[in-house]
Amino acid sequence: MDILNILAIIGSGSIFLGVIELVRRGKLKEKYSILWLLASLVLFIFSTSRDILVYASALVGIHYPPSFLFLLAFVFLLLITLHFSIVISGLSEKSKKLAQEIALLRQEMRDVLERGMEKRETKG
Amino acid sequence: MKLLIIVPAYNEEESLPGVIRNLGENFPLSDVLVVNDGSRDATAQTARGMGVKVLDLPFNLGIGGAMQAGYLHAKQNGYEIAVQFDGDGQHVAGEIQKLIRPLAAGTADIVIGSRFLVPGEYRASFYRMTGIRIFSFILSRIIGTAVTDSTSGFRAANRRVIEFFARTYPDDYPEAESLVLLHKVKLRMTEVAVTMLERTGGRSSITPVRSLYYMTKVLMAIFIDLMKKVR
Repeated sequence: MDILNILAIIGSGSIFLGVIELVRRGKLKEKYSILWLLASLVLFIFSTSRDILVYASALVGIHYPPSFLFLLAFVFLLLITLHFSIVISGLSEKSKKLAQEIALLRQEMRDVLERGMEKRETKG
Repeated sequence: MKLLIIVPAYNEEESLPGVIRNLGENFPLSDVLVVNDGSRDATAQTARGMGVKVLDLPFNLGIGGAMQAGYLHAKQNGYEIAVQFDGDGQHVAGEIQKLIRPLAAGTADIVIGSRFLVPGEYRASFYRMTGIRIFSFILSRIIGTAVTDSTSGFRAANRRVIEFFARTYPDDYPEAESLVLLHKVKLRMTEVAVTMLERTGGRSSITPVRSLYYMTKVLMAIFIDLMKKVR
């Protein structure tokens, strides 16, 4: 095991633990942590031994093992950003509904208040 | 028939008084609803001061979200017809009756006021006219009904369309996109010739330079709408 291995293990391990700690503190919601955990776990497995990485890249037909690592990292980032886009779309739809609901409620409230005033005026 | 006039307005304090006065000469102001789309000027106060109903959005949603708020109000308050009428003064209140006629006769579910049905009536820059022509051609082929003025914001909708729009209304280019969505749920559309005036105040958001870019984006949006699941 050389220094690079150790660094990789520390790097991916701390991402994994860091994400868990964020979830534990409530700074990161569980459903947003799953992709991160999966990504760091895969990187962790590959950093424990070069043989696994070499074997896995040969399996998919990649001759230069580090490329396989980059590919994995890239795919994970792509998935994570896609996930974010989906989440943002949902949020913007919700905030639109909320804004419309607020406007409708304000209008109704004003309407009710005005009608109340008119009643009082006709009584008095 | 219970009729609501929805006026979307974004920073229209200058032109709004004229628009509301024009509407008031033809319809009771209690059935005019101004949707203030998070304006930075006194749009909401101006409208309220003139005695119309106002929906005050807490922030700018864009024309799609603002119009849908109007349709939601129409749905919740049992209106049978909703008329879209721009807040910038380019539509004529006296022509609303023309738009309603096909709805009352039951021959259409939505009626669009078109500038281009009478040729030569409306003048626009060459590029803009070409863009509109190409665009109208494609859209007409897609929905199988002739559309000459797909960007017109002067339209009247019956109860079925009101309920549909309250549920589903496009965000980005609602005038053109809504026609595709209505076509998908088999609601009928027709056009009626109207005159449109120059804006009385404020500034149009469409500049000639943006025309082509705009057209491409709308076309893309329309093709995506065609693939969408609509209920």
